[in-house]
Formats: sequence, structure tokens, C-alpha cells
Amino acid sequence: MEHAGTAERNIQPVTERFEIDTATGVGMRLNVAGPGARSYAFVVDWHIRILLVLAWFALGSLLLLGGISLPEEGDTQRGLYTFAILLPTGVIYFLYHPILEILMGGTTPGKRLAGVRIVTLEGESPSVLAHIIRNVLRLIDSLPTAYAIGLVATVATRNSVRIGDLAAGTVLIYEANADAGDVSSVPVKPAAIKRYGLARAELAQDLLDRWDALQDTERNALATRLIPALDESIKPATDAAALKNQLSDLMSAPGDRR
Amino acid sequence: MSDGDASWLEQRLEGWQRIERELPALEDKKPVAMETLQRLTRVYPELARDISLARREAPNSRTTAYMELVYRRLHRVIYSPPKGTLRDLQILLRQEVPQIAHGLRWQIFSIGVGFVLALFAGWWLVDTFPEMASLFASRGMIAGLEQGELWTDGLLNVMPSSVLSLEILTNNIAVALTAMSLGVLYGLGTIYIIGLNGLMIGGIFAVTAQYDMAGRLFDFVIAHGMVELSVIVLAGAIGFSLGEALARPGDLSRRQAFKGAAERGTKLMLVCVIFLFGAGIIEGYVSPDAYYNRGLRIAVGFAYWLVFLWCITGWDPQRRSRYDAVREA
Repeated sequence: MEHAGTAERNIQPVTERFEIDTATGVGMRLNVAGPGARSYAFVVDWHIRILLVLAWFALGSLLLLGGISLPEEGDTQRGLYTFAILLPTGVIYFLYHPILEILMGGTTPGKRLAGVRIVTLEGESPSVLAHIIRNVLRLIDSLPTAYAIGLVATVATRNSVRIGDLAAGTVLIYEANADAGDVSSVPVKPAAIKRYGLARAELAQDLLDRWDALQDTERNALATRLIPALDESIKPATDAAALKNQLSDLMSAPGDRR
Repeated sequence: MSDGDASWLEQRLEGWQRIERELPALEDKKPVAMETLQRLTRVYPELARDISLARREAPNSRTTAYMELVYRRLHRVIYSPPKGTLRDLQILLRQEVPQIAHGLRWQIFSIGVGFVLALFAGWWLVDTFPEMASLFASRGMIAGLEQGELWTDGLLNVMPSSVLSLEILTNNIAVALTAMSLGVLYGLGTIYIIGLNGLMIGGIFAVTAQYDMAGRLFDFVIAHGMVELSVIVLAGAIGFSLGEALARPGDLSRRQAFKGAAERGTKLMLVCVIFLFGAGIIEGYVSPDAYYNRGLRIAVGFAYWLVFLWCITGWDPQRRSRYDAVREA
């Protein structure tokens, strides 16, 4: 397994990367999620858990007991209260992570929001047993309070893993390369690559994608230089909206072009 | 990348996009045509070749990042573990669990001996220094004993059996998992939990003995306690093995040894947790109910313990020797 820091752009999250040997001989590169992404995912999940627990508790108490109150010792409703309200809230709170991680293929709502996923050290989906192991050992990671041991472990270990991950042989990775933007679908149309080459096509697409976020002067200057480079026959427009339209037109499939 | 180089990518990206469209169904484990699965397995090495080229010719491009992502997703789908079946459960119960327990026999023995020693130490402490009773029993418990009442006598008046079972089994599972997990601290956490539990049980029996009520406490404990305490010892042994894997990993790296010990231990622990459910039900329904006499309680406790022992050991020495033969081979 080979480690290398990523340093492709000036502004990017600091991520650790490791490469896995595959049967094809072409290594698979994974970007390790650090303590920040982990904490972010955990905080989101924790709030979801708490909200679900409170919602169940309040709704169940209102429907079954007619109000939010705790039954006293010897109360005939104590059994109903325990099984219909306390037990489900305990199940929601303690089994939220293992159940969702198994059902959602190594993610939870919080992990999805943070863009991270649990995989094995071989880049594969973890087994049910691995999910159980990493969640049982939360008992240790959460000691003495506020996941202190887990946090220290993620800072100190090579792949930013907590003790549960060490035992399960899992690691949390970024789903996509954080420094490459959204690459969940092909960033540039194949036809545009064919016409302009990969570098120019990507530059034009990048400019279009970030059009509203860039400063007007620099953006327009870049577009004015880029449009003739893509198609010599087109004279760049003078206003921003028209420039954007010209660029969009060039990046469209030939059939779609105006 | 020159314009000439881009032509292959333009042609190949159509295929990549097709795979990208097919991936969600595969990731969600929805039914997919066999032809699709065979095709994806076939194109997997071709994608690797594309990635290799793209990395060389456009290492920092978004298109390469896109291809890396699709490649990772397909790799995960192809190498995802098979769904668990009833057969896996049978293998776990009939082969793996007895094998794991056999492999942990020295840890189980050591922790068992430690637990018994702690139990005697607790008894000796209270027996020798009666004023130490307050360390093991609360004032309320001692006041009840002075009036000839055991704190377990009125349990069913306080809460129904079902609620009692649930509370007890939750607590037992928490204790067992803690005893196991604390083994991560090089086994010291486990030793502490096992020692403390042994000391408490020995001490509390000694306290009741001072009021001639140890027999009544024994009656309460025996039906559920044999399995419950055995599980605690097993959990301790698993925890000890975790600590041992970290302290003495042998030929493996610490990480590998720890992972192996955690996998084996968790499999064994899963079975133990199932038995804790049974022990909790017995403790809620049989142990506090005066209807059951001592003989019946001992019979229930012993029978349940035998089932537990049968499940954990496999009760088949020949099978174990077969495991050894396979391992040696």
C-alpha cells in the first residue's frame, strides 16, 4: 500500500491517499477521510438519532399513555411503556449505526452528507460481521467521554481510523476526489473531448460550471481567450451573458448546437 | 493530452457512462440480468487499462477523477461479500463457534480461574472484615437482610417479569460487551471487569451468609446464573485474546492479529448474546418466582447451561481433532 499526499491544486482539503493493488494490476486510489469528515458525519447522525428518539418517545407517550410522563413503579402501564416506548428508543439509539451501515452499503445519512463511506482495506464493501465489530468497539472509542479515544486514534493512526475500524479492517474514504469537484457523472461530454481535446474541453466546462462564482472581469477575459481557441470562426461576444451562451453552445453536442 | 490522444477516450467514455447508469441498481442489490453481470465482470480489466492510460496522459483531470470513481464503485460491487444464508449460520454454529472456543481454551481457563479466585477473595474479605459488607451491599439491602428479607424477594411486585427480563438482559449484554471491548487495553480492562464482578458476587454471597440467607440467594441465582456467569467468563476470554493479539501478535502484524482476534471473538460473542437473552428471560420469569423450588431451579439452570456448553463446544471431540488435522495440514 503506497501513501502519497495530494497536492494537485492550491486550494484543497488535506487528504491522505492510499493505493490498493487489484487483480488487474492497476492500483485503486482511495482518499482517506480524516477526523474532520468523521466528526461531521457523526454529529449529523447523532442529531438524527436524537430527533428520532425524541419523536418516538413523544409520539408513543401521547398515543399510548395520553401524555408525556414516566409511569411510576407498580403502574400497570409500565410493561406497555417499556416495550412500546423505551425499547424502540433504545433500539433506534444503539442500533442506528450498525443497521443503517449494513442496509446503506457502508454509509449513513451523516456519512452521505459528508461524502464518506466505509470500505475494507481492500476497497471492498465490508461484511456484516465487520460492521458489527466496528460498532461493538464504539464502547472503547467513546471512552472516557465524547469519543475521546476514537478521536485520538483517528489523529494518531495511519489511515485515520478508530479502534473499531482497526478491529474490523475498515477505513472511511471520500466517495469522490474532494479536489476534483462533482465527478458523479462524466464532467465533459465525449463529443466535446473529441472536438477540442481533453484539456481545453475540461477548462471550458470548468469555466461554465463555476461561471457565477468567478469574478466578472477575470471570467470574461478567460472566456474571450478561450472561445477562439475552441473555434476560430467564432468572435467572442462583449457581454457576459452572450459569452456564456457562446461557451455553452460550443460545449453542446453537435446536434444540440444553435 | 494531445487532440489525437483524446479520440480513444471519447470512444471509451460512452462505455463508462453506460456502466455509471447501471451501477445504482447493482449497488442497491436490485435484480440485474445475468448478461449485464457477465459483461461488467468482463469489462472490469478494460476499465483498469483506461484508468492507467488516463492517469498517465491526464493525471489531474476531472475526467480521470470521474473514471477513478466509477472504477472504485464497480470494484466494490464485484468484490462485495455474498449475502448471508442459512448455510452460513449453520457453519457458524456447528463449525466456527466450537473451533473458536477451542482456540480460546487457555484464555477461558485463565479467566475462569481468575474469576473464581476473585469470587473467593470477595467472600474472604467480608468474612474476615464484616464491616466491609457496606462495600458490597447498600444500606437498604443490609436493612432488609436484618429483617429476614432478600432484596430479590419482592422483585415481581415492583415490575412485571417481562420488564425485569428486558432490563436484566440489556444490562448483561452491556457488561459482556464491555468486558470484551476493554480487552483492547492490553487485556487489563477485561481483567479489571472480571475481577470486579467476581469480587462483588463473592462479597454479596458472604454478606447474605452473615444473615443465613446465602441459600436463598443461591436459589435466586442458580437458574440463570450458570449461563450468565459462563458468558461473562467467555466475554472476558475474548477480551483477553484481543489484548494478547496486541501484546503478542506472533508472526502477524499487530493490526492483522487484532483484526483476526476481533473477528473470531465477535462471532463467539454473537452466540453468547443470544444465550443472554434466554438467561434474561429465566431471570425475569423463573428466578424471582417463589413457585419454583430449588430442585426445579437447579434443573433449569443446569439444562440451559448444558445447551450452552453444547453450542459452544460442539460436543464432538472427533470434530475438533479434524479441525486440528486441517490446521496442521
